[in-house]
This record gives sequence, structure tokens and C-alpha cells, in this order.
Amino acid sequence: MTALPSQPSATKLGLVIDLDICVGCHACVVNCKEWNTGGYGAALSDQDPYGEHVSGAWLNRIHTFEIVPEGGELVGEAGEARIVHFPKSCLHCEEAPCVTVCPTGASYKRAEDGIVLVAEDKCIGCGLCAWACPYGAREMDLAAGVMKKCTLCVDRIYNETFDEEDRVPACVRTCPANARHFGDLGDPASQVSKMVAARGGIDLMPEQGTRPVNKYLPPRPRTTLASRGQAGPAADEDTGGATGFFAWIDTMLEKI
Amino acid sequence: MHPALSIIVFTTSSGLGYGLAFFLGFGLLDPAAFATKAAHVIALGLISVGLLSSTLHLGNPQRAWRALSQWRSSWLSREGVLAIVSFVPLCLSAWFVIFEGRHSWPAGLAGSLGCAVTVYCTAMIYASLRTVEAWHTPLTPAAFLAFAGAGGAMLATFFAALGGGNAGLTAVLALVLLVLAWGTKLVWRRRLRALSSTSTPETATGLGALGRVRLLERPHVTENYLTREMGFRIARKHARKLAAIAFGLGGGVPFVLLAASALFAAEGGLGWPVFAFLALAAYATGMLVERWLFFAEARHSVMNYYGR
Repeated sequence: MTALPSQPSATKLGLVIDLDICVGCHACVVNCKEWNTGGYGAALSDQDPYGEHVSGAWLNRIHTFEIVPEGGELVGEAGEARIVHFPKSCLHCEEAPCVTVCPTGASYKRAEDGIVLVAEDKCIGCGLCAWACPYGAREMDLAAGVMKKCTLCVDRIYNETFDEEDRVPACVRTCPANARHFGDLGDPASQVSKMVAARGGIDLMPEQGTRPVNKYLPPRPRTTLASRGQAGPAADEDTGGATGFFAWIDTMLEKI
Repeated sequence: MHPALSIIVFTTSSGLGYGLAFFLGFGLLDPAAFATKAAHVIALGLISVGLLSSTLHLGNPQRAWRALSQWRSSWLSREGVLAIVSFVPLCLSAWFVIFEGRHSWPAGLAGSLGCAVTVYCTAMIYASLRTVEAWHTPLTPAAFLAFAGAGGAMLATFFAALGGGNAGLTAVLALVLLVLAWGTKLVWRRRLRALSSTSTPETATGLGALGRVRLLERPHVTENYLTREMGFRIARKHARKLAAIAFGLGGGVPFVLLAASALFAAEGGLGWPVFAFLALAAYATGMLVERWLFFAEARHSVMNYYGR
């Protein structure tokens, strides 16, 4: 069971995350915990929840990075500095190393849609899969002693008692900026595949050989105030495009 | 990586036990001697203590039997299967020596083979992880095997000196294996020092095209499972000192003690067992430090997301 599917699945369900849009509000993080603590498998426990050293299992976390362009030592010194909010959860890799190291068969990748899951009743909590994952997508639940990970909300996406628009992962449904998208990355005609193609979607740590299904859309190039300046006041003076009634008003006003 | 005590004790103890059992399988000690019977019991004891210790870090140890099922893909599963399979010839071999006073070649050799393969599987659990570059090298199983051999030969020397047989022969084996093991470790450490990570914050975020990537804010201000398990850090100056202690206690001291007894101690005298025991004690302590460093110095690729 811990062997990967012999044939790569035709359907590759996954997420596309737009780093140009994410504002780092952590709504997806909170809704993920909210949904999954009552959903698939054991609850997501917290240790010392009201104390000084609170910690717990989360399946989605947002890191915030600053990027120093070439030639600078400090942010803003050279080029255009950027702050990028970076949501990170399981990438449902095609060559998932977390699956093949599992000694019990608890970790598996579904042949039908490519989702990587943990069968918690088989998990012994050895933690080796978390060691094998380069992305930190797996966290041990210290109360249940089993490994937790993103299920791509497998208990939402196929749930026919939900309205159509709710049959997406909780993080996608809740994102107020529409930075998260869910779909079939195995189908080149799907909305998510088109976004990846148009924006040059990237794989995280391709050198690890994991072939992640989830893709990240890099931030778009900046437009500076200076470059927008030329289109400013001069453009406001141009009435060449006016037609009909507005063209008549324009001509009349010119005459006064 | 977090140096968990249960895993350090497991690899050290089972390494010594498998090493001793490996040499016992070749009938190097007199099967009629009491010391040899004791050696068999100690070998099985060290292996059992190690294996039991390894289950202590599990979240659900009552399901540990399930770990025997995935030997086709998982080195951890292979290790579990081989540990149990090799118990059969090891126990048979011990039975023949303890109750019948004779060495059985088929059981002995099968046991020795089982020992070597099990230690190899243990090492491959670490060496197979691409995420921890320090471990991801054939030098890791080479060092584990050589360390198990050196410790086993030293234990065999101790029991030989107690009346089990020719301590000179096993001492020479121990000296050769000590040099081999610490030589391998030296090359392993040189490789570690020279490593420049292929995974960086730039490849981890895919934002390298925009410039140099630096963590501004972690997801949470407190520690989490990932930072505790994989974000262990040790000051480089301390690592250097601890490595010197490991090399000295685990390599230098036992080498000098064994060489001194081989050159000066009288066969059958008290010098041999005392020196062999002191060498063993120093070696075991040195090995615990070495194994602690094996984990503490290894960096995991997930720390690219945590600025460590």
C-alpha cells in the first residue's frame, strides 16, 4: 500500500496559490484548522492552548518572506523590495517520499485522484514521513499520536450534500482575496491548468525530485509610479474617443 | 534534527549487540566456556534493549506490528522484518552454545548475515532521506556497519579475555575495525563540512528569480512540531568540541587500551579483561556522543521555510 500508484493518476487534484494576490490574512489557516479539527480523522489538538508556549498541529501555515533584489544588502536598498506571503500545505506530490518511507501502509496516494492521505488507524506515529517530506507538510498530533496532513478536504470536495460552490477545500472557499484555486491539474483544459500555463506556475524545491502537484503563481512584475506618470494628466485631456451625445457636448463646450 | 534519546540508545545498543552476535556467529569464542555463553546472552540482550527503546518514540506503539508490512518500499519496515527474522538463527545459535556447548555453523553464519543486513537497513533509514543531505550518502551505512563491527569485536575481546578464547585475535580485529570506522566517519564529517545545500530559501519558495529570499515572519511566534523535530541547532564551536570528544573517547582511548593489552598484557591475566572493559566503556560513551552529533548536526530542508 505504501508503494505509489503504478501508473500516475490521470486526475491530479491540487491547489494553485497566487503569490501575487495573497495578503497573508491567515483566514485559510484558521478555516483549515476549523474544518479539519472536526473532519477527517483525529481532532487537531493544541498543547498548552492558553499558555505561554502554545503549539499544535496545523495543516496549512503562512510564512512571510522578504526578497532583496540583486545588488542589495538591505530591503529597499536596490531594485524593488518585496514582501511575499507564502501559504504552505501538502503539495500532494506525484513522487511522494512520505508515502514510500511509511513502514505500516498508513500513508498512501490515491490512484483515482492523486490525493495523499494517512489512514490514521494504521499510523504508529513514528514520524519518518515528516522527516521524508522536504516541505514540512506533515505534523504529528501529539494528543492522538498520529500524523496529520492536508487531505485536500476529501470530506468536502466529494460531498454531494453540499452546494456545488462549497465542494472545494476549506482554505479555497474562505480565501477573501481569491488567491487560492482548486482543480484538476492533470487536465490541461482545466481552469487551474490554464492559470499555471499563463502565469508560469512553479514547483517548490524541484531538486528534491518530488514532482509536486500544487503550483505557485509567482508575483507579477511591478508597475512603478514613474511608469504610470506619462499616462496621467495628459490622458485626461484627450477626448478623441468620445462619440454621440458626449462628442456633441465636447464640441459645444470647446466653442464656449 | 532533534537527537531523540530513544533513537540514540537504540542505534548504539543494537549496533553493539549485532556486532557481538556477528563475531559469535563465526565461532571465534570457545562454545564450552562460560564467558561465551554469557556473551550470547549479552548480545541478545543489547539487541532487545535497542529494539524496545526504538518503540519508545512511537505515538501508537501498540500498532508497531503493522511496521512489518511495507518491506517492499520502506527501509524502516525492512529493518523491523530483518530484526525479527535474524532473531531465529541468533536464538538457535545461542541455544546450541548455552545448552549443548557447541557452535553451529549454519545457525551462526545465518545469524551473522542477519546482523549485518539489519544494521545496514537501520543506516539506510537515514541514508535514504534526500531531505537530510548530511545523511544522504553511502558513507552513512558504511560508518554504521564499521562502528557495529568495531564495537562487536571489542565486546568479543572482553568475553575472550574472560576465558572465552583468543583475546589477541579479536583485539587485532577490533583495532582494524576501529581505524576503519573512524576513518569512514572522518570522511563523512569532511563531506558534511563541505556541503552546500542544493535546497535553499530561493528554491523552497520558487522566488529566487526576484532576488535573495529571507524569512520575515514565521507562521506562529512559538515553536511547533516541525521546528522542534527538525529545527534542532547546535553551535558550531560546540559541535567541534563534541566531535573531538567522540573521536577521543570512541576511537583514541579504546585503540590505545587494546593495543597496550595486545602488546603487554599476559594471556589469562587480569590485565586483559580490565583493559578490554575500560576500552568498551570509553567506546560506548564515545558512540553515544557520535550518535547525538549525527542527529544534532544534520540540517533538514524544511528549515529553509523557517530561516534556520
